[in-house]
Amino acid sequence: MKENEKLLSGAEIFFEMLRKENVDTIFGYPGGAVIKLYELLDDITFLKHILVRHEQGATHMAKGYACVTGKPGVVLVTSGPGATNTVTGIADAYMDSVPIVVFTGQVPTRLIGNDAFQEADIVGITRPITKHNFLVRDVKDLAIIMRKAFYIASSGRPGPVLVDIPKDVINNVTEFHYPENIEIRGYKPKYRGHINQTKKAALMIEKAKKPLLYIGGGVIISNGERELQILAKENGLPVAMTLLGLGAFPGTDPLSLGMLGMHGTYTANMAMQNCDLLVSIGARFDDRVTGNVSKFSPNSYKIHIDIDPTAIDKNVIIDLPIVGDAKHVIAELAAEINNKPNIDDWMQQINQWKTECPLYYEKEDGKLRTEYIIEKLSEKTGGNAIIVTDVGQHQMWTAQYYKFNYPHSHITSGGLGTMGVSVPAAIGASFANPNRPVFSISGDGGFQMNIQELITAAAYKCNVKFIIINNNYLGMVRQWQELYHNKIYSFTNLGESNPDFVKVGEAMGITSFSTDKVEEVDDLLEQVLNINDRPTLLEFKVEKEDMVLPMVPANGSVNDIIVSKFSPNKLV
Amino acid sequence: MRRTISVLVENTFGSFNRVATMFSGKGFNINSISIGETEIKDISRMTIVTSGDNQILDQVVKQLNRLIDTLKVVDLSDQPKTERELALIKVKYQNNSLEAIKNICDIFRGNIVDINNNTITLEITGPPDKIIAAVNVLSQHGIKEMARSGTVALKRGEQQKQLKKEFLKI
Repeated sequence: MKENEKLLSGAEIFFEMLRKENVDTIFGYPGGAVIKLYELLDDITFLKHILVRHEQGATHMAKGYACVTGKPGVVLVTSGPGATNTVTGIADAYMDSVPIVVFTGQVPTRLIGNDAFQEADIVGITRPITKHNFLVRDVKDLAIIMRKAFYIASSGRPGPVLVDIPKDVINNVTEFHYPENIEIRGYKPKYRGHINQTKKAALMIEKAKKPLLYIGGGVIISNGERELQILAKENGLPVAMTLLGLGAFPGTDPLSLGMLGMHGTYTANMAMQNCDLLVSIGARFDDRVTGNVSKFSPNSYKIHIDIDPTAIDKNVIIDLPIVGDAKHVIAELAAEINNKPNIDDWMQQINQWKTECPLYYEKEDGKLRTEYIIEKLSEKTGGNAIIVTDVGQHQMWTAQYYKFNYPHSHITSGGLGTMGVSVPAAIGASFANPNRPVFSISGDGGFQMNIQELITAAAYKCNVKFIIINNNYLGMVRQWQELYHNKIYSFTNLGESNPDFVKVGEAMGITSFSTDKVEEVDDLLEQVLNINDRPTLLEFKVEKEDMVLPMVPANGSVNDIIVSKFSPNKLV
Repeated sequence: MRRTISVLVENTFGSFNRVATMFSGKGFNINSISIGETEIKDISRMTIVTSGDNQILDQVVKQLNRLIDTLKVVDLSDQPKTERELALIKVKYQNNSLEAIKNICDIFRGNIVDINNNTITLEITGPPDKIIAAVNVLSQHGIKEMARSGTVALKRGEQQKQLKKEFLKI
C-alpha cells in the first residue's frame, strides 16, 4: 500500500490537514464531541493549542491572530454550547472580513435532529454570518472540505468559515488522499480589475481639482500599503481612512487626514463632503462613514475599487466601479496616471481646515483624559505597537490620537461593534507576533465582557499590556444619552459596581497598576513597556463625563458636525 | 417591479436554505420560489420571482452570485423567455354549475384531474397572469383549496449549450 493510501481516522486526517495548511496555532476548548481530537492533540508537536476560558474568547483570539498574520485563525470547540458560544466572534469576523476557520464538534450523524445532548444546529445558526459553512457527513469528505474551508476563508474577500464535524466522522476511518487541487465551480474570486475601467479612473484623477482617497481595511487585507503610498505620494493625493483602514497609510504623513466618519477628523469629513473626485479603495460606505447617504459627498464623481461586487452600489451609487483586489488595482492605477493632478488650491483648503479645527482636548485643567494617554502611548511606541481596542469612546480616541504607521497594527471591532473583543483579540495577536508589544485597550465595561481570558494571558505569559480606560461609565452610550436622550443616564453608570481592577489582575497573576494622575502616565507606560515576558495590567481612572468629538450625528451630514467645545476656533 | 431570476445552484445539502436565508436576512421580497433538478447531475435550478426597485434587484443578483453554492444567476426579466406555473384549484360545484366550470377549464386549456360529489379539481398551467385570470373567474364558484407551484422559467434559444459545457468540463 502506498504511503498516501493508509487508512486514517477522521481525527488523524483533521491534524494531517492542519499540518498541510501550515497551521501553527489553534484556539480551543475541549468537550464530549471533540474528545477524540483532543486525545490526539496531546502528541501533536507541529502546532500549539491555546486553551481558552470561553469559546467566544477563542474566536476573538483567532481574529487577533489573523489580523496580524493575514493567515486564517483556527478555532476548535465542541458541539452545542461550545459551538453557540462562538457565534458572536464569527459574526464579528464576518463584518470585518477576517479569515477564521471554526471547527465545531457535532453529535453523531445518527443523532442529528434528535435533540441529542449538546446538540445545536450550528450550520443553520451561522449560515447568515459565515462566508460559507459545511457539515461533514462522511469521513471521506473531511479532507476536501477542510481544504475548501481554508481556501474560502482566506481568498477573495476573506471571512469566517465553519466546519461542523459529527463525532462518528471523527472516529471513522478512510483512505487519506491529500487533495492537491480543489475546484469550487461557484466561487471564482476576481483579483484583476478591468483595465479599461482603471484607465478611466486614472484619467479622472489626472483631471480632478479636488480628489480624495477614501481608504478602507481592504487595502490592509490585500497588503497594498506600498502601492497606496506610491499612488498617494507620487500624485500628492490626500488620504482619509476608515476605522479599519488605519495603518494602511502612515498617520504621520502630511497627506494623511486621519480617520473619517462619525468621529473622524474635521478635515477628513470636510474633504469628503467637498471633494470632486472620491476614490474609495477597499471600503464599503458604511453608515458610520456616510451619515445620511442622500447628503453624502454630493458633488463628487465616485470611483469604487473593491473585491466584493456586492459592496458596489449597496449604500451609495457609484459612477465608476472596479471589481478587483486593492493591491493589484492600486498598482495598475498608479502606473496609468501620467500627469500629476494640479490640486494646490485644494491642498491649501485642506491645510486650512487642519489648522482651523484640529483634534483638540482640554489640557490645562490637569485632569486625566484618554486623549492624553493615547497621545503618550503613540509617542512612546513610535506608532509601531499592535493596538487592539474594544468598542466605545476609548476606541474612537485611540483611532484619533494614535498615529498608526504600519498596517496590521490596529485591531478592533469595526462592523459589529463587539464589546469584549479587545482582551482576547490582543492575546491572539500576541501569539501571532510575540516580539512586538501588544496593547489591549478597553473601557471598564468591555473589559469585563471577556475578563475570563486574563487567565489565558497569564497562563501562557502573553506579552500583552492590558489598558483599562476607566470612566465608570458605558461612556459612548452615556454620550448619546447626554446629547440625544434628555440626559437620562439610564443603566450606564457602572461606578458603584465596578470591581477593583488591580485586585482582579493580581488574582489572575498579572502585575497590575492603577492611576488617576496625569503626571504618572509617562512612568507607568514606561514600566509596562519594559515588562515583556508576561502580561501586565494598567488602569487609568479618567475624567468621567468627557465626549468624543468631533461627532457627525447618526444619519446627519458633515454640516451637522459637532466639534470640540474647547476648539480654538470652535464652529458649533 | 416584478423580476424573474433563474439561479443554478449546487444540488447539495442546504443550498436552498442558503438562498432563502440570504433573502430574509437582507430583507428582499420573495413572491415565489421553485426548485428542481436540471439536465445536469448535481445542479438544481431555482426560479425566483421577486420585486423591488432596480438598486435592490441589482443587489439581489449580486448577493445570489456571492453565495458559494451558486453557479450562475441570470435575470430573465428583460430576456425572451418562457414562463410557466401550475395551479391545482379545487372548486365547489352544484349540478347546474358543473358545465360552466368545465367550460372555464376548457377556455384556459386546463385539465380536470379529480372530482367527487361536491368538488372538482382543475389543473391550470400557464404564465402567472393566466393563472390569476383563471382564479378570478373560478372564485365566483367558490374555491375550496388551491396549490400553486410558483413560476419556472427558461430563456428562449440555444444558449444553454455553452453553459453545459462550462459545467461538464469541471
